[in-house]
Amino acid sequence: MSAVSLRVNGAEHAVDVEPRRLLADVLREECGLTGTKLGCEHGVCGSCTVLLDGQAVRSCLLLAVQCHGREISTVEGLAADGELHPLQEAFSAEHGLQCGFCTAGFLMLAEGARRTEPEVFADPEQLTQLLTSNLCRCTGYHGIVRAVRRAAGQEPE
Amino acid sequence: MKPPRFDYTAPTALPEALRALGEGACPLAGGQSLVLEMHYRRQRPSALVDLNGIAELDHITAGDDGLRVGALARHRAFEQPVAGPLGRLLSRAAVHIAHPPVRNRGTMLGSLAWANPASEWPAVALALQAELTLASASATRTVPAEEFFRGPHTTARRPDELLVEARFPALEGAAGFVEHRRTHASFAQVAAAVALTVRGGAVRQARIALAGAADRPIRVRAAEQHLVGLEVGRVAGGGSDEDAFRRAGELAAAAADPIPEPHGSAEHKRQVAAVLVRRALQQAHQDQADQDQPHQDGACGT
Repeated sequence: MSAVSLRVNGAEHAVDVEPRRLLADVLREECGLTGTKLGCEHGVCGSCTVLLDGQAVRSCLLLAVQCHGREISTVEGLAADGELHPLQEAFSAEHGLQCGFCTAGFLMLAEGARRTEPEVFADPEQLTQLLTSNLCRCTGYHGIVRAVRRAAGQEPE
Repeated sequence: MKPPRFDYTAPTALPEALRALGEGACPLAGGQSLVLEMHYRRQRPSALVDLNGIAELDHITAGDDGLRVGALARHRAFEQPVAGPLGRLLSRAAVHIAHPPVRNRGTMLGSLAWANPASEWPAVALALQAELTLASASATRTVPAEEFFRGPHTTARRPDELLVEARFPALEGAAGFVEHRRTHASFAQVAAAVALTVRGGAVRQARIALAGAADRPIRVRAAEQHLVGLEVGRVAGGGSDEDAFRRAGELAAAAADPIPEPHGSAEHKRQVAAVLVRRALQQAHQDQADQDQPHQDGACGT
């Protein structure tokens, strides 16, 4: 077992885990943060996307021990003081979700881009490239594209 | 499945990491292939040596002798091109690797050491004649990219060695990279990397490498030789270059020995290789033409 200290959404979580445990599993089972979903566990679907030091990463391809002392952001950290984050508001307004399983991953993917490369929201080609990272089986993606553009202050269409 | 049990160490200095490597112990950099393979349990290392705390491995250094890349340089770092045709080739290849979150973690040297025959970096390393430095606790050696790749996921690296640096010699000329894949985030079905050494408007040396065209990345020398002496860029004349590019594509296809897969027979991949080599050469030709053009904007004009 390894003693791992994770800083998740600004709160310290000291956990004792086997090195083989995935960040996604530790977030869900040890930290009780079940907003992060595991779809494929192969790095393909993107439902488990979280931010590691501000960058979008697959938490199914990352070991929790690798994140000792690092800053992790999950979907639970988006809303503040009972107010939804602008991305969450926009996903609701633009029908960017249906069943909701992929939503946390898409929100964190978009939030990562908002923090590190906000210029992608103004360029349809770059935005498509970004959103291709994650899979959604319900919406057909157009609602997600509109939502992300709306949250970035662009015209949704 | 989840990864099987293993020991984990996270050294902060390179010598410590090298001492920890050996039979059964795997270096962990980005982990975007390794951790996935551990999910499948196709890889069952007894120990992982996490390199992420070793600051000296996290570098990309441009100098007179080209570009030196350390073991922690992520794919993402190459998306914005460093100056010159070398950097343009790297950035054109980088955007084809998986998708942004994987590029945020995955590393170029990890990809080289993993040696998937369909991966972009191994083909780019061949086209650019990269030199790969392998270090163990007892010795350091440098291997040309051409001698590094031995088959699918098989390289010249011994278990006690770490691929610590790749050096890409400066490229005086033009470059192109074209890839065919089923979806944005798929592996390449075939990819072509082209590096042309150009002097006085003529090709002095051509290097063409393919990914996905054999059990390892390959150079296609017959196609390369066909291009030597060809005029490219601004001074190129008529349709002769188009004919030469098409012929080079055909020669590359003949040299390919593709592994059939459900979505692509060997014959199909050969045809794709022919088209991609032609397009990559067209791109390199345009790359040279862009360099030959005087700069249009006032800041660079004289």
